[in-house]
Amino acid sequence: MKLIFEKSVPGRACTLLPDCDVPMAAIPETFVRKAPPHLPELSETDISRHYTELAKCVHGVNDGFYPLGSCTMKYNPALNEEMAGLAGFTGVHPLQPEHTVQGSLEVLAKAEEILCKVTGMDTMTFQPAAGAHGELTGLLLIKAYHRARGDAQRTKIIVPDSAHGTNPASASMTGFTVVNIPSGADGCVDLEKLRAAVGPDTAGLMLTNPNTLGLFDKNILEITRIVHEAGGLNYYDGANLNAVMGVARPGDMGFDVVHLNLHKTFSTPHGGGGPGSGAVGAKSLLAPFLPNRHVKCQGDFYAFEDAPQTIGSVKAFYGNFLVVVRALCYMLVLGEDGMRDASQMAVLNANYLKKLLEPHCEVANEGICMHEFVLTLEKLKKETGVSAMDVAKSMLDYGMHPPTMYFPLIVHEALMLEPTETESKETLDWAAGVIAEILEKAHTEPEALHNAPVTTPVGRPDEVAAARNPKLRAVFDA
Amino acid sequence: MNIPENLLYLDSHEWVEKTGEKTARIGLTDFAQDQLGDLVFVNLPEEGDSVAVGESFADVESVKAVSDIYSPVTGTVAAINADLLDAPEAINQDPYGAWLIEVTDITEYGELMDAVAYQAFCEEQN
Repeated sequence: MKLIFEKSVPGRACTLLPDCDVPMAAIPETFVRKAPPHLPELSETDISRHYTELAKCVHGVNDGFYPLGSCTMKYNPALNEEMAGLAGFTGVHPLQPEHTVQGSLEVLAKAEEILCKVTGMDTMTFQPAAGAHGELTGLLLIKAYHRARGDAQRTKIIVPDSAHGTNPASASMTGFTVVNIPSGADGCVDLEKLRAAVGPDTAGLMLTNPNTLGLFDKNILEITRIVHEAGGLNYYDGANLNAVMGVARPGDMGFDVVHLNLHKTFSTPHGGGGPGSGAVGAKSLLAPFLPNRHVKCQGDFYAFEDAPQTIGSVKAFYGNFLVVVRALCYMLVLGEDGMRDASQMAVLNANYLKKLLEPHCEVANEGICMHEFVLTLEKLKKETGVSAMDVAKSMLDYGMHPPTMYFPLIVHEALMLEPTETESKETLDWAAGVIAEILEKAHTEPEALHNAPVTTPVGRPDEVAAARNPKLRAVFDA
Repeated sequence: MNIPENLLYLDSHEWVEKTGEKTARIGLTDFAQDQLGDLVFVNLPEEGDSVAVGESFADVESVKAVSDIYSPVTGTVAAINADLLDAPEAINQDPYGAWLIEVTDITEYGELMDAVAYQAFCEEQN
């Protein structure tokens, strides 16, 4: 389809302004544009049709099944939107005096209180804009902690090879050296390798639990103990919290700092890339370093407070506040029991779907999974030439969003499925049927799968050209 | 699969060409570029940087993933193939021509395979 700029017709508009009936003020010469801005000129009908056409080109949770592993594409309750749209929340200015925004501050305090209970942490910041930003913030806290103790030699962060790619990236960004340790055959952390890796230079460990294979590490207490005994801190990547919310707490597993993806686990729309919220919870030993503008309740008055040795701001003001409103709404509606039910249902759904698929393809790891699981189509590719990519693209023709592909890197031809708790048995049965049919087709009509999808607005985008030569904005002739 | 006989190989799919007593060229093997798929970015160290056996000295990015490249030798970077920064696809097109770095003052070599052993290793991987 055409860009909105390409649909522009000079002189067309959706407003008819009357002639100016007040004296014109002169704009200082330095501020006057030399050329008019490139704004599209369209009627309201054109604009409305343009965006409706765009909306038809996407697939969201409201369109159909969206089992994108590790992304927790659960349904986002309409009530969350209604609450986030309340004028009292949308009409406030970030610099308003505290006494005029007590309700908004109470939201932050209340969300912190509940999330600290869920994670077993003592304090929390809502400044980070999303998960990787939360990782950066958490690592800055770890760095500040070691520095405040006068311990300058802790320069290394240990990351298992099953980690999200953002973990080593965040550690690098924070100035740490990344030490990668391989997983054992069971997909969990290899304790011997971990023992060999820790030492007086260990700043901390970053771990996702359940991990990217959808496995809850059975040695989690031993893992965090090994790191603590070496003098390091434990960082919990909360990307997969949806498996354990209300059931197990990172704080009880021995973690000192955790980031949560409120937009994932606590249901706010994030398919389009945000805004998100990478809230960071920490044990009290890290509280002195928390980002500034932390909300504290003094008597019955909510006020901002800066931690004594704060690392400063990681984002303007208070983070993406309205995402926190949605998350709080979600938690208040579900309650303690409901949040636990959601996690248990997420795990049940994943295991049910895995069971349905087991007769048709190989699962990367045997046994019970948590909220997600990984298929490996290595055998299928060898036998038929049909890759995980071909299978994923074929799903689009059935109106299903593909799972996460080629991740984790330790599994070849990987497809990672996370159905979430908000899908019904009927949907899971249907999805398993679709995948089984595609895998069957790989043997009978491999060519058809190489050419899929055929029903979508775009077939296979040229990812290589897009990465090497990205066109990120409209280019104008003059 | 192309595995030249005059080179030595690491199990993480880097090749080494000994160019002198203490100097060598390092690149990615045909097997590696085939597994990675079309490369879209490459990050190289700088001249004068130290590299060490088993440690990552560069990374490449394909549309699938970013992968570290490990050093088969311990030494100092004498030169980098800067042309690759603008044309990472050269690694896909000519993996043994598109060297990544030249290392000098080599003090240690990792556990390297000859072409026959590497061929067997790749077949096992497949």
